[in-house]
Amino acid sequence: MLTVVLLIFVLAALAPALHRLLPALSHWLLALPPALVCGWFALQVPGIGEAPLREAWVWAPQLGVTLSFWLDGLSLTFALLITGIGAFIVLYSGGYLHGHVHQGRFYLFILAFMGSMLGLVLADNLFSLFVFWELTSVTSFLLIGFNHEDGRARRSAVQALVVTSLGGLAMMAGFVLLGVAGGGFELSDIRASGADLRGHDLYLPILLLVLAGAFTKSAQVPFHFWLPNAMDAPTPVSAYLHSATMVKAGVYLLARLSPTLGGTPEWMWALTVAGGVTAVTGGLLALRATDLKRILAYTTLMALGTLTLLLGMGGDAAWQGFAIFLVAHSLYKGALFMGAGAVDHGTGTRDINELGGLWPRMRLTGAFMALAALSMAGLPPLVGFVGKELIYEAGLHGPMLALLAAFVANACMVAAAGLVFLKPFTGPATPAASHAHEGGPALWLGPAVLSVLGLVAGLAPGLLGSAFAGPTVAAVAGRPVEVDLHLWHGLTPALGLSVLTVALGAAAYLMADRTRAAIAGTIRASRVDMDAAYDRILAGMDRVAAAVTGQLQGGSLRRYQLTVFTAIAALLGLTLWLRGAVALPTEMGPLSPIGLLLAATMLTGAVATLLARTRLAAIVALSINGLGLALTFLVFGAPDVGITQLMVETLTTVVLVLVLRRLPAVGRLARPTRAQRWGDAAVAVAVGVTVTLVLLGALATPLPLDLSLYFGEHSYLGAHGRNVVNVILVDFRGFDTLGEVTVVAIACLGVYSLLRVVLAGRREGEDPR
Amino acid sequence: MKPSLILATGARLLMSLMLLFSLFILWRGHNEPGGGFIGGLIAATAFALHAAAFGAGALRSLLRVDPRGIIAFGLSLAILSGVPALLQGLPYMTGLWGTFGALKLGTPVLFDIGVYFVVVGGVLTMICALLEEG
Repeated sequence: MLTVVLLIFVLAALAPALHRLLPALSHWLLALPPALVCGWFALQVPGIGEAPLREAWVWAPQLGVTLSFWLDGLSLTFALLITGIGAFIVLYSGGYLHGHVHQGRFYLFILAFMGSMLGLVLADNLFSLFVFWELTSVTSFLLIGFNHEDGRARRSAVQALVVTSLGGLAMMAGFVLLGVAGGGFELSDIRASGADLRGHDLYLPILLLVLAGAFTKSAQVPFHFWLPNAMDAPTPVSAYLHSATMVKAGVYLLARLSPTLGGTPEWMWALTVAGGVTAVTGGLLALRATDLKRILAYTTLMALGTLTLLLGMGGDAAWQGFAIFLVAHSLYKGALFMGAGAVDHGTGTRDINELGGLWPRMRLTGAFMALAALSMAGLPPLVGFVGKELIYEAGLHGPMLALLAAFVANACMVAAAGLVFLKPFTGPATPAASHAHEGGPALWLGPAVLSVLGLVAGLAPGLLGSAFAGPTVAAVAGRPVEVDLHLWHGLTPALGLSVLTVALGAAAYLMADRTRAAIAGTIRASRVDMDAAYDRILAGMDRVAAAVTGQLQGGSLRRYQLTVFTAIAALLGLTLWLRGAVALPTEMGPLSPIGLLLAATMLTGAVATLLARTRLAAIVALSINGLGLALTFLVFGAPDVGITQLMVETLTTVVLVLVLRRLPAVGRLARPTRAQRWGDAAVAVAVGVTVTLVLLGALATPLPLDLSLYFGEHSYLGAHGRNVVNVILVDFRGFDTLGEVTVVAIACLGVYSLLRVVLAGRREGEDPR
Repeated sequence: MKPSLILATGARLLMSLMLLFSLFILWRGHNEPGGGFIGGLIAATAFALHAAAFGAGALRSLLRVDPRGIIAFGLSLAILSGVPALLQGLPYMTGLWGTFGALKLGTPVLFDIGVYFVVVGGVLTMICALLEEG
C-alpha cells in the first residue's frame, strides 16, 4: 500500500513535465495510474471481509511514529472512491481546463491531493493519519486558490485552510491523548487491546478534540461556511474534494473511531445534533441558492450532516445506511458536479435562472445528470433510494427529532434535484442555452460511468451489500454484521415516508421562487452569518496583534531592557520563592586576597559606568567590569570560560564603538529624571539580588559527582580529548552546540538585515522605522 | 578615512599574529583550553581590527567572500560532520576517529572547525554591516 500511495505522489511530481511534453494526451495518461490503482483495490474486495491487510514501515520508533497502513472494508470503500472518481476527475480536468496556462500545475496539485487522501484513509498510525490529514488541507488550499488572481478565490482558500487546520490541530492534541489513553498510536492496536476508553478519565477531552477536527473538515454547523465558499475552485476540484472525498475525511474519522469512542451518550448527542442541524441547514440553503455549484455544495452539507447523524445514532441499521449512502452520495454528487461543470463550459453560466431548455443541445450530459439527480432525490431504482430507505429505517428506531431532520433534509434533496436537472434542461430555451454545446468525451465520461454505476448498484443492491457494505459496516461496528439489501422492501413505514418526502420535495420545487424567498427571509431574520463572523474574528485577531505589538515593540531600547530585566528578576525570584530554594551554602571557602581584589575591580567598573557622563566613558568603564569577570574565571580554574569572556568583552567593546559612530553625537548624556533613576535602581538591585540568591542556592545544592566522573573518564578514552569542556561542547553535547551555532548564525543574519533596512532608509532620507 | 600610521602598522602586524593564534587555539582545543568558539572569536577580533584600521571595503577585498558565505560554510561543515556516522549506521553526530601517522583526526574536529567559521562569519557580518555606509 505504501507503493500505491507513493506511486500517486511520484505521478504528481512528474505531472507538470508530462503535461509539457504531451499536452494533448496528458489527461489520459495521468488518469491511467489512478485507474490501475483503483483496479488493484478492487481485486482486494473479495478477501477483505475475512482479514484486513496491514503494512508498516518504521519511521521514528522513539516517538511511536510509524508509516503504517490498514486496509479493511471502510478504508477499501474510501480508497475505491478516491482512486476511481479521482481517475475520472483527472480526465475531466483535461477537458475542463483545456488550454489553461497552469494546467500542469493543476495536475500536480490534484494528484498530490489524491495521494494525501489515499494515505489518510489507509493510515493506521495516528500520526501518519494526522500528516496525511494536514496534507489534504494544504493541497485543498492550493486547489481552491488555483485561480489565484481572483481575490475571492484567495480568501476562500485561506478560509478553508484556517478553519480546517484549526480543527486539525485540536485533533492532533486529541490523537496524543487517545494514544496515551489507548496504550499505543496504532489504531488497530487500540481497537484490538479492547481498552475501555469510554470510561477513561480522558474520554471527554479526546472526544471533543477529535470532533473539532472531524466537524471542521466535514463542514458541520457551525463550521459549514467554508464549504460553499470553496466553490470558487475550478469545478473538477469541487467535484472531487468538496463533495466526493476530502470533506468526507471528517466522516471517515468518525466512522473509524466509532468502535473505539462511539456509543456513549456524549457521542450520540454531539453527532446527532451536529449532523441533524447540518443536514437541515444544508438542505434549506440549497434551495435558497441559484448557482448550480452552490446548490450542489449545500446538498453536500446535507449529505455530510446525514452521515454524521447516522454515525451518531449507531446500530446496525444506521451503519448500513451510512455505508450505502456514503457510496451513493459520492457517485451522484461526483456526476452532478462534473455535469454542472459541463453545463457551465457549454453555456458560460451556472445561474439556474439563466438556464433552461438545454435538453436538445446537451443530451448526453442531460441523461447522466438525470440519472444522478434521480439518485439524489432518492427515487427507485437508483442507489440513492436504497440509501434513503435505510436512513429512514434507522431513523424509525432512533430519536424522533433525528427522523424529522432526515425527512426535511431529504425533501430538500428532492427539490434540489429538480433545481439542478429539471430547471436547466427542460422548459423553453434561454438565450444562454441557445449556443450550448456538448463537450468532448473527457467531459462526459466521468458523469456517465458514475451515474450508471449508481443505477447498477440500485438494481443489484445485494452485490453492493455483500461486497462493500458488509465489510464497511463490520469495520464501523467493530464486529461482523449481516447485511442483506434489497431494492424492494415491501410496504414499510420507511416507504411511506419516502412517498411523503417526494411529495413535499416536489411541492417545494414547483414553488421554488416562493420557497427561496421564504428561506432567504428566515435567514435574514435570524441574523446568523458565520461567514461574516469569521471575518470579524480575523479582524479582531489583527487588532489584538497590532495592539500587543504596539505595546511590546515601542522602539525604545530603554523599555526593552527594563522589560527584560524586570522579567528576569520577577520570574526567577518567584520561582526561587515558590520552590523554597533560597538557601545559603553551609560552608564558605576563605576569602582570598586575589578574590577581593577582583571583586573590587568589578565594583569599580560598575560604579564608574554609573557615574560616566559620556557614552564612550561608559563603555570603557563597563569593560573594566567584564575584564574583572574574565580574570575571575581564569583565576578560579575555568580557563576556557575565561578566554571566551575576554574575547566576548573585546568584541563587545569593538561593536559598541562601531555602533556609537552611528549614533548622533551628544556630548554628555542627558541625566534621567529622579523617578527614572529610582526605578532603574530598583530593577537593578532586584536583578542583582535575585541572581546572587540563585548562585548561592546553586552552591548550596550538592552537585551529583557521577556526571563529572563520567565525563572525566570518557573524555579521553571515548572521545580522544583531554579538554573535558571542549569535548562536551563538540562531542558529548555536540547536538546542543549545533543548535547554538545555528542560533548564532540566524541572530547575525537578523542583525545584518535589520541594519540594512535601517541604513537603506537613512540613505534615502526616510525615517529609519 | 585615512588610518593613523600607528594603527595601520599595528593592525597589519597584529592581525597575522592573531589569526595564527586563533588557528593554534582552535587546534589545541581538544586537549587544552581553546576550541572553535574561542578561536573564532579571536579571528573575528583580528579582522575587526583590520576593518577598524582600513575600513569595511578593505576587509571585504581581503576576505574575497561575503561574510554571510562564511557562516553558511561553517554551518554546513558542522552539519555535515555528523553525517559520516549516519553512513555507518550510528546515531547522527557520533564521533568517528582515525589516525593518520602521528595525527589523530575525527569528525568532532571538523565540527569544531565549522563552529569556528560560523563565529568568524557571524561577527564579521555584523561588523561589515555596521561599518559600511558610514
